[in-house]
Amino acid sequence: MAVVFKKTNGLTDVQTHYCPGCTHGIIHRLVAEVLEELGVLGDTIGVAPVGCSVLAYNYFNCDMHEAAHGRAPAVATGIKRVHPDKVVFTYQGDGDLASIGAAEIVHAAARGEKITTIFVNNAIYGMTGGQMAPTTLPGQKATTAPYGRDVDHCGYPIRISEMLSTLHGAAFVERVAVNNPGNVRKAKAAIKKAFELQISGKGFGIVEVLSTCPTNWGLHPLDSLKWLEENMMPYYPLGNFKAPEKAEEVK
Amino acid sequence: MAKILMKGNEAVAKAAIEAGCRYFFGYPITPQNEIPEYMSRELPKNGGVFLQAESEVSAINMIYGGSGAGARVMTSSSSPGIALKQEGITYLVGSELPCVVVNMMRGGPGLGGIQPSQADYFMSTRGGGNGDYRTPVFAPASIQEAVDMTMEAFEVADYYRIPVMVVADGMVGQMMEPVEFKAPVKRDLKPKDWATVGTKGERKPNIINSLYLDPQLLEDHCMKLEAKYAEIEKNEVQYEMYKAEDAELVFVAYGTTSRIVKNVVEALRADGVKAGLIRPKTLWPFPFKAFEEIPNAKNLLVVEMSTGQMIEDVKLASNGRWPVSFYGRTGGMVPEPNDIKAKAVEVIGGAK
Repeated sequence: MAVVFKKTNGLTDVQTHYCPGCTHGIIHRLVAEVLEELGVLGDTIGVAPVGCSVLAYNYFNCDMHEAAHGRAPAVATGIKRVHPDKVVFTYQGDGDLASIGAAEIVHAAARGEKITTIFVNNAIYGMTGGQMAPTTLPGQKATTAPYGRDVDHCGYPIRISEMLSTLHGAAFVERVAVNNPGNVRKAKAAIKKAFELQISGKGFGIVEVLSTCPTNWGLHPLDSLKWLEENMMPYYPLGNFKAPEKAEEVK
Repeated sequence: MAKILMKGNEAVAKAAIEAGCRYFFGYPITPQNEIPEYMSRELPKNGGVFLQAESEVSAINMIYGGSGAGARVMTSSSSPGIALKQEGITYLVGSELPCVVVNMMRGGPGLGGIQPSQADYFMSTRGGGNGDYRTPVFAPASIQEAVDMTMEAFEVADYYRIPVMVVADGMVGQMMEPVEFKAPVKRDLKPKDWATVGTKGERKPNIINSLYLDPQLLEDHCMKLEAKYAEIEKNEVQYEMYKAEDAELVFVAYGTTSRIVKNVVEALRADGVKAGLIRPKTLWPFPFKAFEEIPNAKNLLVVEMSTGQMIEDVKLASNGRWPVSFYGRTGGMVPEPNDIKAKAVEVIGGAK
């Protein structure tokens, strides 16, 4: 009988701890499928963050490091400098990458560190129970912003992809979403491109993935997808912000 | 091999390269800048990588990555920078990763100053970061010792899978002395089969991690680390006894301070006072057994470039057997031999 679908070998058989309706599972699968399709699983070292995906080291079927909060790009730098021939990636959430780890991601990108970062943006701190993130939208409620994010008090959310795309060292920057099958396919294509550019030595690559958090948003999974489309996408527009071919055009 | 005249910081860097260190991640801070500068010049010539990190925090996390990936790695800094590195050091300990961290101590607290100090004794010997742990701490008193100890630190780190500190005051980093680079003494080390080098599809993934959500597993892990510390306490204590056998007044001092105290011991002996010195060469494990080798002691006098930190271990070692007195200068001030001698005379009950 013809096999039409099979679980990727890029993931282990460990059951994930993610909440029902959370899109981390999809993103894990996309990364794992890409690594398997590129034939590099056995030569890949991943770095897990602190946050919802803290246990990602149990899920990816490759060598893994668990990093301190926000430090994954520095840890990945250490690994890549020791093994420049290996594929190295970080998998980080928005609290980890855009708040406590802002310095690490900016400088890894500025150095053109030949690593790939999967940046999962769900506009909230999930693991700790729904606190305000650097990506929480204006007016969005969080447990530490119970009246909604007041921009006069705590400023505006950071658009990481736009910011990093200004850096010469960042070779590839793209924002995608996993809210429908079409976007999932586009997300996978972007993730694949980012890894291919790492393998060909082009420089730093990041794929920002807009993701949902039904549990902490207090929404049904389907309503979460709708909320993402109506609220996150206008503030965080999808698209490619940086690619080597674009840099060629500028020259 | 002939001796060469070298500055302490550069000698430490050269020793690391000779010990097989090929990866250095660091951030500038006085008074240790000659270490990263030397590494940036020499590591590329030796097939290695020097990388200046964006912060001390990033540097130690690059160390965490590089060490987990199986390499001999080192970082260096000075007191406030070492404080920043504590996050990474506790992760390295928890994940059982080897590395060498050099601290050329300067005065604190806060930004403090840039002159020599020994005020990081607590930070060095009590873990330094969060959680139950210790790290081996070498305390060189000369450039030669800084070289030998740096080389040994890499072996100890790999042998026990633990970060090792080399803690000297800024004086050791900044002065020049003739030094000989002997071949590093190699230990019988196991292959790093735990390192993240890629599975090649031939084994289960290696995971570098310090997270144990199940408290029973975390307790088991901590007890495993505890057993390792007990091994280190048994095997790795180093100290020097200087004219201590018949001494009635026994000084306890390490690093640069111990060299000043040796002069005081001589001056006191010239005056007929039986003085001696216990010099810890490892601060942790602390040489408690040295205090079993001072049968004629009547007084202990601890001298430090701090307001009194090692004295707590000396009191534990004394365990009520002898009065323990203290003389210290701090903030970058270096004790004067005459002032130490005056304190010694006071301790033993006036001039003879």
